Amino acid sequence: MKIPKITVWRVIFAVIMLSGLYATYLRIFYGLGGSTNLSDQFPWGIWIAFDVMCGVGLAAGGFTLVAIVHIFRIEKYHPVLRPAILTAFLGYSLVVVGLLFDLGRPDRLWHPLVMWNPHSVMFEVAWCVTLYSTVLFLEFLPVVFEKFGLHKPLEWIHRISVPLMILGVLLSTLHQSSLGTLFLIVPEKLYPLWYTPILPLLFYVSAIAVGLAMTIFESWHSSRAFGRALELPLLASLGRVLAVVMSVYLWIRFLDLSHRHVFPLLSQNRIETWLFALEIVLMVVPTILLYQSSIRLRPGRLYACAVMVVFGFIANRLNVGTTGLEAGSGVHYVPRWSEVAVTFSIVAAGFVIFRMIAQYFPIFEAQEETHSPELPKTNEEVPVTVG
Amino acid sequence: MPRAILYDSTLCIGCKACESGCAERWGLPYNDKIAAEEKISAHKLTAVETHGERFSRRLCMNCVQPACASVCPVGALQKTVLGPVTYDPDKCMGCRYCMQACPFQVPSYEWSSRLPRMRKCDMCSERQSAGKTTACAEACPVGATKNGDRDELLAEARQRIAAKPDQYYGKIYGEREVGGTSVFYLSAVPFEQIGLRLNVPMEPLPETTWRVLELVPDIVSTGSVLLGGIWWITNRRAEVAKKEGPRS
Repeated sequence: MKIPKITVWRVIFAVIMLSGLYATYLRIFYGLGGSTNLSDQFPWGIWIAFDVMCGVGLAAGGFTLVAIVHIFRIEKYHPVLRPAILTAFLGYSLVVVGLLFDLGRPDRLWHPLVMWNPHSVMFEVAWCVTLYSTVLFLEFLPVVFEKFGLHKPLEWIHRISVPLMILGVLLSTLHQSSLGTLFLIVPEKLYPLWYTPILPLLFYVSAIAVGLAMTIFESWHSSRAFGRALELPLLASLGRVLAVVMSVYLWIRFLDLSHRHVFPLLSQNRIETWLFALEIVLMVVPTILLYQSSIRLRPGRLYACAVMVVFGFIANRLNVGTTGLEAGSGVHYVPRWSEVAVTFSIVAAGFVIFRMIAQYFPIFEAQEETHSPELPKTNEEVPVTVG
Repeated sequence: MPRAILYDSTLCIGCKACESGCAERWGLPYNDKIAAEEKISAHKLTAVETHGERFSRRLCMNCVQPACASVCPVGALQKTVLGPVTYDPDKCMGCRYCMQACPFQVPSYEWSSRLPRMRKCDMCSERQSAGKTTACAEACPVGATKNGDRDELLAEARQRIAAKPDQYYGKIYGEREVGGTSVFYLSAVPFEQIGLRLNVPMEPLPETTWRVLELVPDIVSTGSVLLGGIWWITNRRAEVAKKEGPRS
């Protein structure tokens, strides 16, 4: 048995996990009151706004790439499909962990499956997330079967793969948008910069964008972690798609704000104005940059753009889920340290588990076989043809 | 026939007998310290508020179309025919969406409990079905809180305003708010001066989410056909390309 080497990252990881462990103890023995700054006026904090709303969104690469590769058949993106599915599967598992912390009665997590209320958005989200996690598990299974050379089950799972993938895309479409629908019930609480009847559409489009950004993010990190070559032409062309999706998103956002005549709000010196500005800048800057091939073709810059999109997305979800609700709820909410500790622990665990799985299972190797040889290696993307 | 509560703030003397009656009905502790708390919480489901020399009362509005019941993923909250919005703690999983959704910020949570429940006034639902009045109305010594048939109480409220127009602010809070509630307020001054919210929408809130949710079957059916169709075309193209071999 080898003693693991002590590195800065490992120390940081240990500190985060230990603080998370203590926060977990507080959550279990002292309830939500002893571990969060939530109140009757502010019942949802970062465990919902980050762990659930961002968690589900950041895992959106799974369905986006499945649709691109298997339904639209743009096969060149195949090498990044598996990491995206793994992220999604891990992401959803961690969302469930986050929910176990946030629910007042985590032992009743299964209740919505038995006790129905089809009028509730939360009910729909619960069902979609449960079903989609199952789909992701099945989509990930071939990796396990391949690793252990189980050909029979591999064949069997390939036979149901098309309906499975279509189901996965549909379920994702439903619940990614439904996370926005959740907030349609609070027109008097959510600040007008964020409250709009088209929240579901905005949540859906931004989930697609952040799914692509996360794919670039993972590839960059895994190439550094495992010392493998970065599939740059491929990621660069993904960056191009990301720029287009972000442009569509930002344009819808602009039209919505202008149709609702809320631009005058931006002249007010309030916390909402500044956090809205932060969110928009984090989305506009990478979008503009990604239109330049000189940015897309440099790994560091492409990565920086992806990170900005991810942070812009997180800012948006936190604004809708916390900041935008403060004034309407009449209270100021700052998460307690234990809330932050649990959230960081979940993220850190996500990174480590991803790395471990990628090390032991054929996640990034698949590209060697499927990498189409006709793909130009030096030049940027071949023209994308749908179909 | 739905029932309701009429609270006339011009009659209220702030004696808090309603609070103690309510605590007794729920089996909650009540003492001077709790009486001094001027807000509703998990251990105090109604509260008398002081606004200068005027009084106001907070309790669950038991909305005609309650947002809380519509958002509850497990159906723990139910709107009953008689008016009360009831809560089944055995179903509740503690997602607290009801609290987020309530435009009046009524539902409270047992934050420090290890097995927490949501708490709120349910208009003494078992008394309503037995034809009795609520504990708060029963306790009120001056008739500021009255429990009865919703239509009759609404008519009576209008009558009171018509009889003494100079003593009342000429509106009934709860008549149109969020599509109507089961609690009506009468006041001598504009409602915001006795702490009531004026920013609540006049339409029922459940419609805001239902407008989107009702599209789910359409999205699923259209989506399956669209995605299936696209796959069918792209798959065919791939098969043809395979047969013809690579073209340059």
